[in-house]
Amino acid sequence: MRRCDAIVIGGGLVGTAIGYGLARAGLSVALIDEGDIAYRASRGNFGLVWVQSKGLGAPHYQRWTRASAKEWPALAAELEENTAVALGLEQRGGLQLCLSDDELDKRRAMMAQMQREAGNFGFDYKILDHAELKAMLPGLGPAVVGGSWTQYDGHANSLALFHALHQAFRAKGGRYIAKATVTEALAAPQDFRIAAGGETLVAPKIVLAAGLGNAALAPVFGLSAPVRPQRGQILVTERTAKAWPIPLGSIRQTPEGSILLGSSEEEVGFDTGQSPDIMQKIARRAVATFPWLAELQIVRAWAALRVMPPDGLPIYDESRRFPGAFTANCHSGVTLAGAHANLFAPMVARGALDPQLAPFSAARFDVPAAR
Amino acid sequence: MFRLRADAPGATIAATIPVAVEGRIVRVPQGASAAAALLLAGLPSSRDSAVAGAARGPYCLMGVCFDCLAEIDGVANQQSCMVRARPGMRIRRQRGARPLEAE
Amino acid sequence: MTVDLAIVGAGPAGMAAAALAAELGLATLVIDAEAAPGGQIYRAVEEAAEGSPLGADYLAGRGLAAALRASAAQYRPGTTVWHIDPAAPQGAALSMIADGVSETVTARRILLATGALERPVAIPGWTLPGVMTAGAAQILLKSAGIVPDGRAVLAGQGPLLALIALQLARAGAPPALVLQTTPRRNYAAAARHLGALWPGRLEIARGAALPLGLRRHGIAVRRGVRGLRALGRDRLEAVAWAGGEVAADHLFLHEGVIPDTQISRGLELAHTWDAAQLCWRPVTDAWGGSSLPTVAVAGDAAGIAGAEAAALTGRLAALDAAARLGHLGAAERDRRAAPLRAGLRRARAIRPLLDALYRPPAAVFAPEDAVILCRCEEVTAGQIRRAVRLGAPGPNQVKAFTRCGMGPCQGRMCGPLVTALIAGERGVPVAEIGPYRPRAPYKPLTLGALAGAQFATEEASTSPR
Repeated sequence: MRRCDAIVIGGGLVGTAIGYGLARAGLSVALIDEGDIAYRASRGNFGLVWVQSKGLGAPHYQRWTRASAKEWPALAAELEENTAVALGLEQRGGLQLCLSDDELDKRRAMMAQMQREAGNFGFDYKILDHAELKAMLPGLGPAVVGGSWTQYDGHANSLALFHALHQAFRAKGGRYIAKATVTEALAAPQDFRIAAGGETLVAPKIVLAAGLGNAALAPVFGLSAPVRPQRGQILVTERTAKAWPIPLGSIRQTPEGSILLGSSEEEVGFDTGQSPDIMQKIARRAVATFPWLAELQIVRAWAALRVMPPDGLPIYDESRRFPGAFTANCHSGVTLAGAHANLFAPMVARGALDPQLAPFSAARFDVPAAR
Repeated sequence: MFRLRADAPGATIAATIPVAVEGRIVRVPQGASAAAALLLAGLPSSRDSAVAGAARGPYCLMGVCFDCLAEIDGVANQQSCMVRARPGMRIRRQRGARPLEAE
Repeated sequence: MTVDLAIVGAGPAGMAAAALAAELGLATLVIDAEAAPGGQIYRAVEEAAEGSPLGADYLAGRGLAAALRASAAQYRPGTTVWHIDPAAPQGAALSMIADGVSETVTARRILLATGALERPVAIPGWTLPGVMTAGAAQILLKSAGIVPDGRAVLAGQGPLLALIALQLARAGAPPALVLQTTPRRNYAAAARHLGALWPGRLEIARGAALPLGLRRHGIAVRRGVRGLRALGRDRLEAVAWAGGEVAADHLFLHEGVIPDTQISRGLELAHTWDAAQLCWRPVTDAWGGSSLPTVAVAGDAAGIAGAEAAALTGRLAALDAAARLGHLGAAERDRRAAPLRAGLRRARAIRPLLDALYRPPAAVFAPEDAVILCRCEEVTAGQIRRAVRLGAPGPNQVKAFTRCGMGPCQGRMCGPLVTALIAGERGVPVAEIGPYRPRAPYKPLTLGALAGAQFATEEASTSPR
């Protein structure tokens, strides 16, 4: 039996970012993870540090995302300094391209609503037309009608982030236990016992960051994490010379030169299979956006499952029944890495979530009792 | 580096076809792949890798290793071992990542 | 298009299966990435002339190719399968591309006859231009009568190595040196299988002729070679080993062949670690049936057993397909299978001896830190070992940390090496370490080809979020 200050269940981007933040704050942390083959949204994401689409109708999410994007440069610099891993963070803005008047109208309305809802916090954006976009993006297809741009968006090497967080977590004294599915869990206020990987871990704090696995784990700790899988498919091309100055929402190029193309939103349960017709839709949209992309070879593709709460917004919660138990659930583990390491983890270390996270509690899903 | 064996059925001029390797005409037997043409042309390497520019040449010649990537008839990054040489084919070394063809 | 049986690959297993399946009345399609039937072992056999330096065994492949051509099976050369959905409601769906055009065919049953590939031999310097597989030398000879000019060194072990040395010599380009890496302990291990001497006598006779042939051509052979390295700056210049070095223009490596499991892994068929052959192979029943009801595997793709065995397992799979699809009764199937099984027993008899004799030395599975393991992404063995020490439990996590396996070969070359390295680093048996999970497209295709492909549509959305 081993005691530590905090147990984090889940070694994906959410778990390692939180684990790193806790370890950096001086807590002894055990990070429990599954084996080589697991759903692992962290290995299937796109790499955007994306702000402009987040939080329509939910200004608290808009603000949380902006705060995370602001934390990203410091987190990246810190991780790069302490590991040999380059994160490739670029935050020079991002574009969402629209391929029809209808899409552009909807986008325009969405941006305007985001700005209204941001209130004093502010939300700056530009709607650009085809001509303005063409000046920025060589080879833009005639099908592109316009797009929305904000300064807050960017991208990074998400696998490098993942690698760096693991390294930095270890370097700060964190203990990583892989191939360790939780077989037994006992919860008492500030006293949690987990059997995993052949050992028993005990800690006064526990964070459930197990992605899709949280749904089953949460009730044990007096929490609720009603997340469901939502499949997304991505295509990756051969390396090519640098094409664009900024990421484009569903098209981004890595520093190595590969171009990532996404995505889809499929409700297919726990199925990580690929489907040629969805891959084709992605290819068609890409080629309509930039006709010259047609020549590029697709060298890789995958399907991964997003961790999707019912309304798409993150679930952050602390257990009232078992104080000391927390949970973090989201489908934007890359964008929110800054917040998870630098804002959420300190809250856990202090023992309570800030009031600003109250709207993210799963209590928002409770059906009001009939009177 | 490589040559036609003297009594190969394809060794007579009549049974060879001309291809251009890095702009130079090379005669290769019918049935030879574009990778074989690169080897017959005697180039020390057939590509500079897109990762760090390392010189590379074909390794397996059966479509597994992807080290034979070359530019064929203007199209970059083709597995030259899986492309049969045709008369007049233009074969060039693949120099790093595919260049941009945007406009 | 809808067929009864779709066969991927036109080597001996694919050719034999197709001819028999068509004869039994199955609408059969053979999808071949190469331009002509034969696979690797019978590459270009239709164009081979009598007296070819490649020998009589090779020419025997002409019969299989002719039978395929004469059969009612459809043969699609130059066509690459890039996705298979084995459980599509209307029947297994195979997406394939030829000349930039992709189409989908529906099949009631699939037979994977994808053959084998060379075991990767990651010696220092193996990525230098001028270093190739022994199989590559044979491909040049078979497909175009091309031989190496200058000093060629062959290194490794296995029946193919001596055979190629002889074929090159007969073609007028004898190698300068053959470096044989068979460890001394292999001889003792092989001696335990001497019971194979009588049933395997034909193969043994063929095999025994090889070293005699080498001597007759004056080809120098060194045995028990260790510590192979390829030296040179931008190209191979010399080959070194423990106790020797020689200038060289060509190095051809060979440590046996292993099943090509790219598609069988992509379909998530059950696989087993073959401890005798030190490779993964799909789990198959006596007819080649896999863990998926619509998919069978035949030939070397199901386990290395050579060309003769491949034709036999191909035919067994065809019989089974005919029976499953209602074209043949079970009793008739079994009756026809009996002589094939007898032939298979004989063809396989020599295998345990060969597997023991030519078991790769341990060094093949534990390259030095500086050696590049992932050729595509230039990731070294040392980087992978560091990723394992960071906690990566298997190849997929190692891939996430190092990019190893993300290149165009999709882990075909590095997969076996990475698995062995992780096992070695973690001190566990290889069988406990899983493989990469290959995804579609099994081979690259352009965005344009995918955009223009023909298949059925489904409900889902692509979102411009």
